[in-house]
Amino acid sequence: MQLNGSQALIKALEMEGVDTIFGLPGGCILPVYDPLLDSPIRHILVRHEQGAGHMAEGYAHVTGRPGVAMVTSGPAATNIVTPLCDAYMDSIPMVVITGQVSTGAIGTDAFQECDTIGITRSVTKHNELVTSAQDIPRAVREAFHIATTGRPGPVLLDIPKDIVDAKNPNSAMDWYWPDDREVRDGLPGYKPTTKGHPRKIREAAEMILRSERPVIYAGGGILKARAADTLRELAELCDIHVVTTLMARGAFPDSHPLCLGMPGMHGNYTAVTSMQRADLLIALGSRFDDRITGKISAFAPDAKIIHVDIDPAELGKVRRPDVPIVGDCRLVIEELVAVLKDLLAGGSAFPERTPWKQTISGWQEKHPLSYVQSEPGDALKPQFVLEQLRDNTPDDCIVASGVGQHQMWTSQYWKFEHPYTWVNSGGLGTMGFAVPAAIGAKVGRPDAMVWAVDGDGCFQMTAQELVTAAAERIPVKIAILNNAYLGMVRQWQEMFYEERYSEVYLSPDLPDYKLWAEAMGCVGMRVDSPEEVTAAIQKANEIDDRPVVIDFRTDSSEKVFPMVAAGASNDDIITDPALGKDIVQ
Amino acid sequence: MTDHITHHILSVLVENKAGVLARVSGLFARRGFNIISLAVAPTEDERFSRITIAVDVASVPLEQITKQLFKLISVVKITELDPREAVERELLLVTVDAPAASRGQIIELVNVFEGRILNVGHERLTLSLEGHPDKLDDFAELLRPYGIAELQRTGRVALAKLDNSSTRLRPVRAS
Repeated sequence: MQLNGSQALIKALEMEGVDTIFGLPGGCILPVYDPLLDSPIRHILVRHEQGAGHMAEGYAHVTGRPGVAMVTSGPAATNIVTPLCDAYMDSIPMVVITGQVSTGAIGTDAFQECDTIGITRSVTKHNELVTSAQDIPRAVREAFHIATTGRPGPVLLDIPKDIVDAKNPNSAMDWYWPDDREVRDGLPGYKPTTKGHPRKIREAAEMILRSERPVIYAGGGILKARAADTLRELAELCDIHVVTTLMARGAFPDSHPLCLGMPGMHGNYTAVTSMQRADLLIALGSRFDDRITGKISAFAPDAKIIHVDIDPAELGKVRRPDVPIVGDCRLVIEELVAVLKDLLAGGSAFPERTPWKQTISGWQEKHPLSYVQSEPGDALKPQFVLEQLRDNTPDDCIVASGVGQHQMWTSQYWKFEHPYTWVNSGGLGTMGFAVPAAIGAKVGRPDAMVWAVDGDGCFQMTAQELVTAAAERIPVKIAILNNAYLGMVRQWQEMFYEERYSEVYLSPDLPDYKLWAEAMGCVGMRVDSPEEVTAAIQKANEIDDRPVVIDFRTDSSEKVFPMVAAGASNDDIITDPALGKDIVQ
Repeated sequence: MTDHITHHILSVLVENKAGVLARVSGLFARRGFNIISLAVAPTEDERFSRITIAVDVASVPLEQITKQLFKLISVVKITELDPREAVERELLLVTVDAPAASRGQIIELVNVFEGRILNVGHERLTLSLEGHPDKLDDFAELLRPYGIAELQRTGRVALAKLDNSSTRLRPVRAS
């Protein structure tokens, strides 16, 4: 069958099961937008290419399927670099298609030409400049294969205009669709290991059976591997507590008696300290990020490490594991559970762990998450807003966040009961992630309620995508925790720069968020006092035909606690000084 | 050869595609790994090229370098060569000031090192020397006092020594 390159590209995306493309057309990608008119694929027309990338990420976060974004060359390609880097850091499967100037013009500084492949090389799992129309089906097939297998990540295809332009003879091609074997043969350097080494798994099982103070350190890899159920089976079989990192919130239910919640720089006291005092950390799809470990030389000093990851380069990158296991988390945990069951059936038993459990419950009682509720007439506390939002939404509600204080409070105060209900930018820490990511999540899961919790600083970075959401009837709900500051930076300046506030004030009224929301086709609301909070949330929940934005005016002096200062040991965790506790050793 | 090894040689088989060298060198730059020398050439199989990289292992463990390299989709196979168990060769070209007064000494040096004189000018000589990189270092150092106008080295290529090579060739595995 004779097709032109643009028809082949759209057909290849259809063959990959793509139902939605987030994008914005322009000169070089223009030919591809013509056959799109005849395709069942839904296209969401964004207002800025960064929005397309984050929407594709949000879609991938909640569905597990690769998000797809398509933009033109030059400035469009550079605008999507941030989402690519974000997806690379957080291992989000994504395929981005960029237009490029015609093959003959490459290298001539043509209009809207940039070295997209060079620019995106270090922020993609792989990228390819497709130089012939005949290569398009193969390139698309490989891109999806690479994006979704092994450690997932973003893949970019750069498509020169002449190979997709129906009027150009370079766009002629004979349609074909490569089978699995052809894809593997075409990628001789790509063979991800998924099955763990049986001897290592046995070593891990024996180590777990000897441990008196074990903690499971669950990371985002659990969610990527669809391993939440298997993780629960392991934790319950061995009766081991689980911490869920920022990327793993929802991988283990917060209501579970074995769940300790989030560890790290703003983790709760028990999650942080249990890791510090553990004699065994079972790291599953986690990567010993500096925000988790604090000062690495002081991190979990007595712990042996079992480290399971599909990416061999993570094993030993930060902390040398005693038992390294390369493999898919779900497959490895399943094997581990089987071996443990065998050993237990053969007479092995866990050591006495009652003292450890008592220690943990003692910490939980002594150091719960807490904040001081505002006096009547005083400013609204952001934590209170989150508690109300949590309690007035269904427990399968999807919540997205930007980056900063509001993100930490959301992760701390939300109760995640289900996997794939938390959408956030963990590794790169991209401000402005929330609005477009929530839109992408709602497109991927139209059945679910989707809230974004955003900061006022973040909101101003990508708010224009609410125009997209209003136009496309994507009813997301945005809670702005408006403290009129770049709050996390303000917190650091208060704590570490002697309250010298430099360039962090944003003003609560500029812009007027309610008017801005309404101008973008959303319902806008403003909430100043605690009494108004619940009613506003309930009203927002009832609106299902357009986006809603609530401007919550919150206390600008509120800080995120607990906190481990950057570079400090996790032993030096600071709980809220306002509660009369100083540095706890 | 010194006992204290600060470099290792990686023989990296890559797909023979546009931009692969940029991927490899970009990875080294981004991860803060140091390259001591690098040579690229096609192999007997036209689908692949071989990149021979001497890497500085004083600052970063070799294991982390090979694991990160192996993540590149275009990298097919990595073979690690310990310099003590490898045959290394490099080519050096040098143009050196050689007026009548010193010309005889320089020619003597070329003979001692078994190098060659490639080009003779009124005031300068262009020389070549093939051999172990350490030998090239020595040669360049001895020529320096005469005044080096231009010097160019290819970067080393290496293969495993043949005796007991089965135990010395260590393919780097993904795990």
